[in-house]
Amino acid sequence: MHHPRRKPTTTLAAVAALSLVGVLSACSSGDPAGGGNDAGGDDSTYTWWDPYPQHDDASDWTGRVQACGEEAGVTIERTAYDTTALTNQALLAAQEGTSPDIILLDNPAVSTLADTGILTTVDELGLDVSGVDENLLAAGVVGGETYGIPIGANTLSLYYNADILKEADVDPASITDWASLTEALGKVTDAGSKGITFAGIGTEEGSFQFLPWFWGAGADLRDLDSQEAVEALELWKGWLDEGYAPNSVINNSQNTVWEEFLTGDFAFAENGTWQVNSAAEADFETGIVQLPARDGGVAQAPTGGEFILAPVQEDTARYDVTRQIVECMTTPEGFVETANTFAYYVPPTADGQAALVEENPDLEPWVEAVRNAKGRTSDDLGTDYPVISEALWTAVQNALSGAATPEEALKTAQTEAETATS
Amino acid sequence: MTAIEAPATAGAPPGVGRAPAARRRRRGPAASQWAAVGFAAPLLVYLILFYAYPLARNIDLSVHDYTIRAFVQGNAEFVGFEKYVEVFTSSTFPTALWNTAVFTVVSIVFQYAIGLALAVFFRSGFQLSGVLRAMFLVPWLLPLIVSASTWAWMLNSDNGIVNSVLAAFGAEQINWLTSPDTALVSVIIANIWLGIPFNLVILYSGLQNIPGEVYEAASLDGAGPWKQFWSITFPLLRPVSAITILLGLIYTLKVVDVIWIMTTGGPGDASTTFAIWSYREAFGTGQPDFSPAAAVGNLLILIALVFGFLHLQLQRRQEDS
Repeated sequence: MHHPRRKPTTTLAAVAALSLVGVLSACSSGDPAGGGNDAGGDDSTYTWWDPYPQHDDASDWTGRVQACGEEAGVTIERTAYDTTALTNQALLAAQEGTSPDIILLDNPAVSTLADTGILTTVDELGLDVSGVDENLLAAGVVGGETYGIPIGANTLSLYYNADILKEADVDPASITDWASLTEALGKVTDAGSKGITFAGIGTEEGSFQFLPWFWGAGADLRDLDSQEAVEALELWKGWLDEGYAPNSVINNSQNTVWEEFLTGDFAFAENGTWQVNSAAEADFETGIVQLPARDGGVAQAPTGGEFILAPVQEDTARYDVTRQIVECMTTPEGFVETANTFAYYVPPTADGQAALVEENPDLEPWVEAVRNAKGRTSDDLGTDYPVISEALWTAVQNALSGAATPEEALKTAQTEAETATS
Repeated sequence: MTAIEAPATAGAPPGVGRAPAARRRRRGPAASQWAAVGFAAPLLVYLILFYAYPLARNIDLSVHDYTIRAFVQGNAEFVGFEKYVEVFTSSTFPTALWNTAVFTVVSIVFQYAIGLALAVFFRSGFQLSGVLRAMFLVPWLLPLIVSASTWAWMLNSDNGIVNSVLAAFGAEQINWLTSPDTALVSVIIANIWLGIPFNLVILYSGLQNIPGEVYEAASLDGAGPWKQFWSITFPLLRPVSAITILLGLIYTLKVVDVIWIMTTGGPGDASTTFAIWSYREAFGTGQPDFSPAAAVGNLLILIALVFGFLHLQLQRRQEDS
């Protein structure tokens, strides 16, 4: 019974395999042509990807992009993805040879993409980046070459609830170092409010939020188990143990942090430039203080924000128009316009910053914060950063949850990071 | 053509022209085989494109060193089983193995036991049993992102409803999702709740196939409900139970969403299973590591396969006896 049956199956399999080969080769021969049309387009259409799906075709942002296209004499075909999807799309497109003319990409992903060799350098494109703040440009520098221009920057600061501080008799100006911040947390907790909330989630957001304290202690990402690093983690752990921060911060994303802050129960919340508008609309009075370093002064916070990148094209004649579009987006007026469109973007050049502050003096502290900020992939970490960051957020989670002491957790993290990057 | 030929052969009187029929049969099936191939081809192409190819690609990913650069340039270095060795020697491996085993076994035991209890309960068909049964299906109908987020809120350390109820009884705050001791328990509880409807539905339909006369006869013989359950329901339900548990096993092994939404596998590695580990390597960090992710994924497939074969073996033995 079994034997005669087997024969047809083998034949079937063979036929199916053959037809599969047909299908696959049809795909692979079709793709470059189809993709080429898609990405390359004709000479009057340029493709543009960005991570702002919240801005539709009728938005100011699209209008702005189109205006830069018109100035260069071409139409821009804009596609928006969410941030994670955009990185994956960019990688896939690069693999298929169908990269768009311009991509706006989250800054820590730039070195990863540059490493694959799919991005043009600013020199190749003929762009001038001398005016861009060095700390912001650093995320786009890999092996001495610069691969893009930040179109704006944001960073973290400490939002406070002015009503709660007044009630607890805490002067925000008195918060200048870790000791004074912890003292303030003690006062507001004694007055019956909750202290501080931040994001300790086991993703990149967790590392992003921990870095200001890590760097503020003087620690270095190459050396995760240094005494300074341990002190930074002990600071967070201490807040949890004292009840100054809720235990749930271990699973908090930055959005959750903000929602918690908006309830009006928390005195402080660590969050970013992008909440400026929301803070202004809160039911209580808010303000920000710069994240303090351990011994006083402003701690370096990590920079957020997108870079404008030009992937390598087969047809190099396209670069000329691409350069014109990029230049249009990165003039001082252009930066300010971008900043206003998004409400939270600080221009990366001194000219742009001056113009923005003149228009909106309230943003002054954020400009200062951005000037002090530091790229996560800086210090020549480049593509090692994601690996180190994973080890770091795991250590933060292990220490805060009590699975290990801060010292043990960071020691493990350092071993982990060393093996993974060597 | 085959349609005409086949009845002709079948219609030939038995014994008459046996030799030509045999000869024709050798040629005949060839033609009908081709037709069969033709009809089966779309399905086979589909199977190969969407099942065989991804599987092969997954193995291919796991035996090469796919860094991002290699992924884009398509020149990944062949490293054999190096990635598997990396996975096996990783400090996450023992934790993930233990968590996967506990998560799967505990989930299935409770899902099955509760599902069976409910199925037997609903079998008696009292008033409103239909409505109640429909309500038990709700976990199945809700999008996972909704149910998992709801569980995460309910189990929140500071503002969760579970802790506030416990506090009302004077208990101390339990850090359900943020303590390494309870994170795994929390995701298991949520997963059991999610899996009950599946077990309920399959076991309930299995119960419908047990003839009522058996129970009548049993009660005439004086068997109480407890005796009836262990001597009739449970043994007669065995084939259905086996497939329910096997499917449950495969579903549970590959659970990513519930755990990821509730704890992202944390704190640290406290609730990391193989599926979560694989997902995190591939998509959870700033730098996709497809090769180790594929290696862990293949490991999961292997585990599921082993249990699949075990099930087949059991079934065959049952059929033989």
